[in-house]
Amino acid sequence: MSETLYVQHLNEEARPLAYYLSKMDGYTALKKAFTMAPDDITAEVKKSNLRGRGGAGFPTGMKWGFIPKQSPKVKYLVCNADESEPGTFKDRDLMRYTPHLLIEGMVIGGFAIGSSIGYIYIRGEYTREAKLLQIAIDEAYEKGYLGKNILGSGFTFDLTVHRGAGAYICGEETGLLNSLEGKRGEPRVKPPFPAQSGAFGGPTIVNNVETLTNVPFIINKGGEWFAKLGKVEKSGGTRLISISGHVKKPGVYEIAAGAMTVRQLIYDVAGGILNDRKLKAVIPGGSSAPVLTADEIDVIYDIEPLAKVGTMMGSAALMVVSEDYCVVRLIERITKFYAHESCGQCTPCREGCKWMEDVLHRIEHGHGREEDLALLLDIADNINGKTLCALGDAAAGPVTSFVKKFKADFEAHIRGKRCPSA
Amino acid sequence: MAKILSPKFYDAMKKLEPRYPTKVALLLPALHQAQEETSWLPSEVLEEIGEYIGIHPAQVREVASFYTMYNLKPVGKYHLKICTNVACCLMGAEALVEHCEKKLDIKLGETTADKRFTLHEEECLGACGTAPAMMLNDDYHESLTPAGLDEIIRRLS
Repeated sequence: MSETLYVQHLNEEARPLAYYLSKMDGYTALKKAFTMAPDDITAEVKKSNLRGRGGAGFPTGMKWGFIPKQSPKVKYLVCNADESEPGTFKDRDLMRYTPHLLIEGMVIGGFAIGSSIGYIYIRGEYTREAKLLQIAIDEAYEKGYLGKNILGSGFTFDLTVHRGAGAYICGEETGLLNSLEGKRGEPRVKPPFPAQSGAFGGPTIVNNVETLTNVPFIINKGGEWFAKLGKVEKSGGTRLISISGHVKKPGVYEIAAGAMTVRQLIYDVAGGILNDRKLKAVIPGGSSAPVLTADEIDVIYDIEPLAKVGTMMGSAALMVVSEDYCVVRLIERITKFYAHESCGQCTPCREGCKWMEDVLHRIEHGHGREEDLALLLDIADNINGKTLCALGDAAAGPVTSFVKKFKADFEAHIRGKRCPSA
Repeated sequence: MAKILSPKFYDAMKKLEPRYPTKVALLLPALHQAQEETSWLPSEVLEEIGEYIGIHPAQVREVASFYTMYNLKPVGKYHLKICTNVACCLMGAEALVEHCEKKLDIKLGETTADKRFTLHEEECLGACGTAPAMMLNDDYHESLTPAGLDEIIRRLS
């Protein structure tokens, strides 16, 4: 097995500060960071090939570099802990088991970009995780890892947990910032990007939980070391993968970035298909990712290889579907989710998602028409790329891929006037 | 207007105020804190929050109604929210919802006549590795089976 950074610590025992200090070199990276120039920290993160773990995969060091150096405005570092992409549950483990790793990553990040104010925007449903984070934050304040003059460095960093309240769209960074400001979580028009004008009008960096928890490792062991952990070009470090659905051993797993294929993850890591049934479909990167058929799983599980086959790694949420669940019913459920979560600002998304849901519903319930498949592709095409944020694309891509790849299943519903598995 | 929210609410808000550069940013925390006290958010509570923050009650409602976790209608003492998103459906959430509807003799979105149970379906809870999952008030219940659900309800009845 290759080196793992996290999984050995993702258990109840790891939570206290004492464990973090003794078993995970806790807060040693922070001490080291304070001996470095902020720009050198960003340079190290650039060198590490750390890419955002929330879904977009944007290079973290480059993002930090977008913060204007001379701005007189207050800067903010916001951790996106909304974890709302269906199928994703890794950040929950990081927050409940290794909260100090996130805190340390944020203080280092704040120091690098010149921000003294941090927020962890956590999805409202994670009530327990928010409480556990708060306990760790209180502990960190008490020991001088947060607050004024941290470890005698002269650097101040205040960290606040801000709870969301049930809205998928708040995982989108500008929707998140509006929500943080006490507004409806509707995404903003970009530009300006958050690095110019983000939270409360100040230059802001929004990073995912796992992205930030990688930072202490990078500072302690070096960007080059981190980059070399990855097995494919441009992707450094390891990846936490949430595997769910019809597998024998669902859970959070960690592999070196690009070290395995989808097939290996399903059969070697997650123990194969539940009840030894036949594999029908794989959703590789959260429910926004276009689907793969059982014949398409010999692809390396990382950002570029998955993009090359027309799908995405997203938040590294692998959902496995056996022949036991109807794929038409599945895409109807996925689309219902996007219709429910569309914020309503953009007409193509607001109207289109609901329309696709209605068409999929009638097909699944035996009232589909021959022309419905062309209609679905047309609606999806009229949403894709025509909305302010990525939610529209997230709804369109899955529908297009299911209709094209599982055409026979849809046709069986329409011709037979019923769901064959109902 | 007589205050509905307790001194505890105002203390919590006072503590949070210095954490944000604007007072409006307290709106989501305020709605959470209020709901903890009143279990749902009637107009009077929204008005009181608006008055505290210094915004119009309509702005409070505009924001509160955007988020699914704020109860703008009364809910039962026990609020069951069963996740029916992808991973949970794959692992039997639909049967679980049906089972629960029969057991409590209510449909999704309804509250039992004795005001004890409200049943909702929920979008992804981020517990897909231990699906199907459900929230009971603030707590997660994972790897649920119909028998397990029966046991939870029995203990609450």
